Amino acid sequence: MKDITIHITDRNGKTHEVLAPTDMNMNLMEVIRSFELAEEGTIGVCGGMAMCASCQCYVESDHALPEMSYDEDLMLAEAFHVEANSRLGCQLFITEALEGLKVTLAPAEG
Amino acid sequence: MIKTDILIIGAGPTGLFTVFEAGLLKLKCHLIDALPQPGGQCSEIYPKKPIYDIPAFPEILAGDLVTNLMKQIEPFQPGFTLGERAQTIKKLEDGTFIVTTNKGTEHQAPVVAIAGGLGSFEPRKPPITNISAYEDKGVEYIIRDPEVYRGKKVVIAGGGDSALDWSIFLTDVAESVTLVHRRNEFRGALDSVEKVQELKNAGKIELITPAEIIDVVGEEKVQGVSIKRGAEVSNKECDHFIPLFGLAPKLGPIADWGLEIEKNAIKVDNTLDYQTNIPGIYAIGDVNTYPGKLKLILCGFHEATLMCQSAYQRIFPDKRYVMKYTTVGGVEGFDGSKKEAPKAVVKSID
Repeated sequence: MKDITIHITDRNGKTHEVLAPTDMNMNLMEVIRSFELAEEGTIGVCGGMAMCASCQCYVESDHALPEMSYDEDLMLAEAFHVEANSRLGCQLFITEALEGLKVTLAPAEG
Repeated sequence: MIKTDILIIGAGPTGLFTVFEAGLLKLKCHLIDALPQPGGQCSEIYPKKPIYDIPAFPEILAGDLVTNLMKQIEPFQPGFTLGERAQTIKKLEDGTFIVTTNKGTEHQAPVVAIAGGLGSFEPRKPPITNISAYEDKGVEYIIRDPEVYRGKKVVIAGGGDSALDWSIFLTDVAESVTLVHRRNEFRGALDSVEKVQELKNAGKIELITPAEIIDVVGEEKVQGVSIKRGAEVSNKECDHFIPLFGLAPKLGPIADWGLEIEKNAIKVDNTLDYQTNIPGIYAIGDVNTYPGKLKLILCGFHEATLMCQSAYQRIFPDKRYVMKYTTVGGVEGFDGSKKEAPKAVVKSID
C-alpha cells in the first residue's frame, strides 16, 4: 500500500500537493481536514455521511472516479455552487487509482 | 425568569447527559436549543444512522440514543426552552449569568454549560446575489405562520422533506404553489413524493424540474423569480419565494460572548474542567477545542461528567464532596423516584 499524491486547491486559490495514505480507509474530505486545508467547522460538518455539502469539490483531472451513490447525487441536487464536475469529498475514498488527482474546494456556504 | 443551577445551551447528547451527571450532584438543569426537539444533530441530521462507538452499545441508532438519554435524565426533571436560540449573556454582580434567547426568554444560573455542537441550526440560504434584500419582504427561509400565504402566489425551492411537505400543505392555503428543484428526483419520504405527484397531476402544484431559481425580482418586495431550466430562463410571478434547503449549524451569537474562539470552536482548559476563559462558563462536546480534541459523543459524555464536578464546587465552594458510584448510591430523582441495587438476601443453611 503506497501513499498517493493529490493536488488540492483551497478556498483561497492556493494549490497544495499532499501525500495521502491508501491504507487508512480515508476519504478526500478527511485528507483535506488532516492537512488543515479548510477551516474546521466549514468542512465535513455532517462527519462524512453525504448529508451536507460542506466538502463539495470540483474534480479537475480526468480520473475514473467511482460512480456517485444515490445519497451523494441527491445531496448535490440540494447543494449550492454545483458544477458538472462537482463531487462530495467524503464519498471519494483514497485508493491508488486516484494517484495525481486534482481537485478544487467549492466555496463555503454563507 | 427561568432559574436553574446549570443552564445548558444545546440539547444534543452531551447536553442531555449533563443533566444526569448534574442530577447525581443534586443540581438542577435547564436546556436551551434552537431546534424544536431535543437530540441535536442525532435527531436533526441522522436519526436513522447507526452509531458503533458508544461504549457497551455494539450498535445504536442515533434517534434511539436520544430516546435513551431522555429516559435516563427523566428523574432529574430538566426544563427545556426549545425552538429558541441563546442570543446574549450578561454576568451579574453576584456572579450569576442571565442568558436571553432570540425570543426574549430569560434564564438565570450560576453556571452556564455550552454544549452547542457545531452551533445552532440555521436555514441554508441559496447564493442568489440579491436575495438578502428581500428577506422578510417575500423571501422566507422558515414557514412560521402558513396563514401569511393565504390567497398568495408561492414559489418553493428545494428537494427534501420540508420543501415537499410545505408544498403539499400550502396547496390548501395559497392561490398557487410552484415547486422548483434541480433534479426530477426528490430526497424526501416516498409518500410525500407520491402526494406531490398526485397534486401535480390534479393541477394543484406546478412542478418545475430540473431547474433553479437564479434571481429574485420586485420593487420593495418580491414580485417574481427568474427560473433557469437548461439554457432557458423564464420569469415567474409570485408574492413569496420560500427556499427550503434544510438547516446547517452555525456558531452564531455565541461567537460574540467574549469567549476565546479557535477553529470555530471554544477554547477550554482540558487539564481541569473544560472551563472557558470566562469563569463559570464551560464548553463541552463538539463545541470546544483543546490539544488532542476529538469530536466524539463519548468524549462529550466524559467532558460533561468532569464539568459537573467543577460546577458543584463553583456553586458550593465550602462544601466537600467526593464522587459516588451509582452502583453504591443509586439514582435519587427530583421526582421522588429512587433506583438502587436490590439488597442481598441472606439465608442461612441449617
